[in-house]
Amino acid sequence: MLGLSAKDTGFLLFVTFLTLATPILLQPFPESSSLAQFNAGYPDLMQRFAIFGIFAIGFNILFGLTGYLSFGHAAFLGVGSYSVVWTYKLLSFNVLPGLILAIVLSGIFALFIGFVSLRRSGIYFSILTLAFAQMSYNLAYSVLTPLTNGETGLQVYGSDPQYLMGEGSPDVPNLFGLVMQDSMKVPVGDWVFTFNVGYYFTAVIAIFVFYISLRIFRSPFGLILRAIKTNRTRLNYAGINTRPYMLAAFVISGMYAGLAGGLLAAMDPLAGAERMQWTASGEVVLMTILGGAGTLMGPVLGAGFIKYFENIFSKINETVLHDWFGALPEPVRDFLIGIISPFVGDGWQLTLGLLFMLVVIFLPGGIMEGAKRIGSLFRRKPSQGGGSPAPKAPVEAAETSNQPAE
Amino acid sequence: MDAIILQILNGLDKGSAYALIALGLTLIFGTLGVVNFAHGALFMIGAFCAVTLQRILTLSFEQVDPTQKDFLGNPLKVQVPYVESWFGPDIGAFIIDWAVPLAILLAIPVMLVIGIAMERGLIKHFYKRPHAEQILVTFGLAIVLQEIVKLFFGANPIQTGAPSVFTGSFDFGALLGMPPDVIIYPYWRMVYFLFAVVVIGAVFSFLQFTTFGMVVRAGMADRETVGLLGINIDRRFTIMFGVAAVVAGTAGVMYAPILAPNYHMGMDFLVLSFVVVVVGGMGSLPGAVAAGFLLGILQSFASMNEVKSVIPGIDQVIIYLVAIIILLTRPRGLLGRRGVMEE
Amino acid sequence: MSTNVHNVVLHVDDVHKTFGGLHALADIDLAVEEGKTHAIIGPNGAGKSTLLNVIVGRLAPTSGAVVFDGQVLTGKQPYEINQLGVARVFQTPEIFPDLPVLHNVMTPAFAKRDGAYKLHIWENLLDEKTIQEEAEHLLQDVGLWERRMDHAGALSRGDKRRMELAMCLIQHPRLLLLDEPTAGMSRHDTNTTIELLKKVKERGMTKIIIEHDMHVVFSLADKISVLAQGRIIAEGNPEDVRNDPKVKEAYLGGAH
Repeated sequence: MLGLSAKDTGFLLFVTFLTLATPILLQPFPESSSLAQFNAGYPDLMQRFAIFGIFAIGFNILFGLTGYLSFGHAAFLGVGSYSVVWTYKLLSFNVLPGLILAIVLSGIFALFIGFVSLRRSGIYFSILTLAFAQMSYNLAYSVLTPLTNGETGLQVYGSDPQYLMGEGSPDVPNLFGLVMQDSMKVPVGDWVFTFNVGYYFTAVIAIFVFYISLRIFRSPFGLILRAIKTNRTRLNYAGINTRPYMLAAFVISGMYAGLAGGLLAAMDPLAGAERMQWTASGEVVLMTILGGAGTLMGPVLGAGFIKYFENIFSKINETVLHDWFGALPEPVRDFLIGIISPFVGDGWQLTLGLLFMLVVIFLPGGIMEGAKRIGSLFRRKPSQGGGSPAPKAPVEAAETSNQPAE
Repeated sequence: MDAIILQILNGLDKGSAYALIALGLTLIFGTLGVVNFAHGALFMIGAFCAVTLQRILTLSFEQVDPTQKDFLGNPLKVQVPYVESWFGPDIGAFIIDWAVPLAILLAIPVMLVIGIAMERGLIKHFYKRPHAEQILVTFGLAIVLQEIVKLFFGANPIQTGAPSVFTGSFDFGALLGMPPDVIIYPYWRMVYFLFAVVVIGAVFSFLQFTTFGMVVRAGMADRETVGLLGINIDRRFTIMFGVAAVVAGTAGVMYAPILAPNYHMGMDFLVLSFVVVVVGGMGSLPGAVAAGFLLGILQSFASMNEVKSVIPGIDQVIIYLVAIIILLTRPRGLLGRRGVMEE
Repeated sequence: MSTNVHNVVLHVDDVHKTFGGLHALADIDLAVEEGKTHAIIGPNGAGKSTLLNVIVGRLAPTSGAVVFDGQVLTGKQPYEINQLGVARVFQTPEIFPDLPVLHNVMTPAFAKRDGAYKLHIWENLLDEKTIQEEAEHLLQDVGLWERRMDHAGALSRGDKRRMELAMCLIQHPRLLLLDEPTAGMSRHDTNTTIELLKKVKERGMTKIIIEHDMHVVFSLADKISVLAQGRIIAEGNPEDVRNDPKVKEAYLGGAH
């Protein structure tokens, strides 16, 4: 179905189900319980899951498959955001024209940067992309102020023309009248589930672009991108010019980033240059490797993981810690708070840095590899107890023969 | 003419900092083959060594000064730094005034320890890993280091003054027979440039004239052969990592009066220093130094109003533009050896 | 299958190659006939690998030209040369170690079918039945079918080499270059490889073999060129070369 194998179709349906059920799944704790603060089922956070998921899925097509580490993808994120806010200013608050513009512009931008950067590989490629992104960032802050509104950031003012604004058009981001920030709250017993228009809009887009990435992973094109990662020389001698393949991957991932940036502005009609800073590029790298570069689900999990803990950790401050450890004797309590507080609240960045190091050192394959290791640990145990493990039947092997490892 | 001299002078101190950081990056890359994204953090830690020493020196206790009264007529309580009470007010005040240069004495052992610990504890395990993973793990380390500094010193820049003798400016124009105040150059920036020249000279003579340096240079050229001679090249490389850390750290100490230390200054300098290394030629020490000064001066020319009015925004992007052009036309950089990381 | 003796498919025309002041190759003229196996032998450092690298465009000759089927190869990119129908097995196997064996063999087939540029983003690998079947068939030929799902990096050196051969054969190249195809193999593996190469020969594929092992050379080659110090010192069928006194002196005399 949809050009996918039965297994992949099932996988896609599973991911679709998870995405659509997110407002329920991420709200496991009842409102009255003290654990309610760990719920993640509110619109703003769920939107960020989906948007950064898109960003990471796109980045993974480049980094995960080809191994080319771009340190400049935040530039495309910024281009996407600016595009959407400009269509607000010139046309109306309908998000659709802006998102299309975001994808097109970031694609053109990526075509240019990619064409130049892909003349080199390895560290040089990383530094070239970094240089381009820093250039864009610096320009957005200085001479491009008429386009970006500099430090203030781009936003919509009453004096903006908004040529397509009709009489009844909403003055907040919407899709043909469907307002993004609208939510429906459904109380079920002690639980409150929030179904938000903006989240479902980003979620549907996220599912669609996930499907595209799945197709790319399973295509001959995807195979050749993997081959580039493992041995580019051989590919050359096998008759393939790697540059068009790399450029295509770069542009696709740039368009994903542009779409993500556009969606950020579709949820919140603002765009600032700090979105283009190289730390933002570093964040998407982290999401991708934390989840598992080169796997389909990994980057999405990585994005969700980081955005969730960013949100939770930043909320925890000393008062919260005092609440938690209130029952403990004072010296123990103070000790625990002293140990934990540097890592939470404003210290989230520190935790992030440590996490980054730990993942690269111990688990370069990310969460997906970790899950696989744990999985094989459980699978091996019964066979050790039950005598000789059965050899894999050839038929079974043939069926899965064309599926690259997840 | 005077404008040109002024811009060259203005570019020198920034260029010195680029050159010093790039020198360390190149040493590490040349010896260990590792791309160290945490090198800017070492520069930043150096700057905070200056802040720390200044704080230590100004640690004070409260004392009643019988000679002064507050506005109510009570004896005034004043803060007296311990150094002043130990060494007397004159010498004490002098020591405090000279906190930044003195901080070099603190920075050398601190940076050496940090550098060696970093190499032995972390980088060592990444020699055989792909460059992408080296970049990522050192990038993570850089975040950790700067966040720790932020934890202790806060997010705001901390003003750290140069010794008062250096606070004025030198009338450079007068030296060339120009009217006064046409080209003036702050003394401390001059000191920084001279300091950079001395450090660069010291590193080069160390590599050139000591047996230790000879082995390191041989190892940079051909690690395997030197290894086959039964020379323990790894230990020497570890020490070179420490040396690179010291160079970056002391460069940071001396830069504190020019740019008030803040926790993210390392990242800002790192990106530019990488560009410098690439322009100079990956693995080429003279290239790193030359490109550092060149780009510093170029940047200061680009920020002249005459230039900016012709090409708006050029001051913001000049360094990156140069790097992109160099990478595309001459991938081994200005002074790089043929075949080193040319891909 | 044309076995016309005069149909020369590859011309190496007066090729010189110098590195600095060193003459690696001088006055090299070769004519490789269609359907034949042409062996290039010579002592270490004779310039065999340099010659092969010049032929596939990895090195540019200092002067002279390499002409394949009327097309000058000199100055062309490796992928362009491959697209003309020249495939190569390397001395140290060049494979895709992180990909499964089957995908290793399938990848070059896409290059053959779709050309150097065409991007198939929207197809599914599973639907590429023809290519997959051919790859599996070749893997059976080289005895690696059971291992087709293993990562190629996990294969032994001999297996990698056999897989690399399959990667070349799936392209049905008009000219196959083999750089010491049995180096580092056990006697048993060497013999299976010879059998395999004989089978390939039956398909009428033109081959250039660079080889150390005389056993391999004499059991496969139709024509032998002997290289010493960058020059061809003898050329002819195996019997003639074996009995040539110059060859004995330069090469066989020392070795046997």
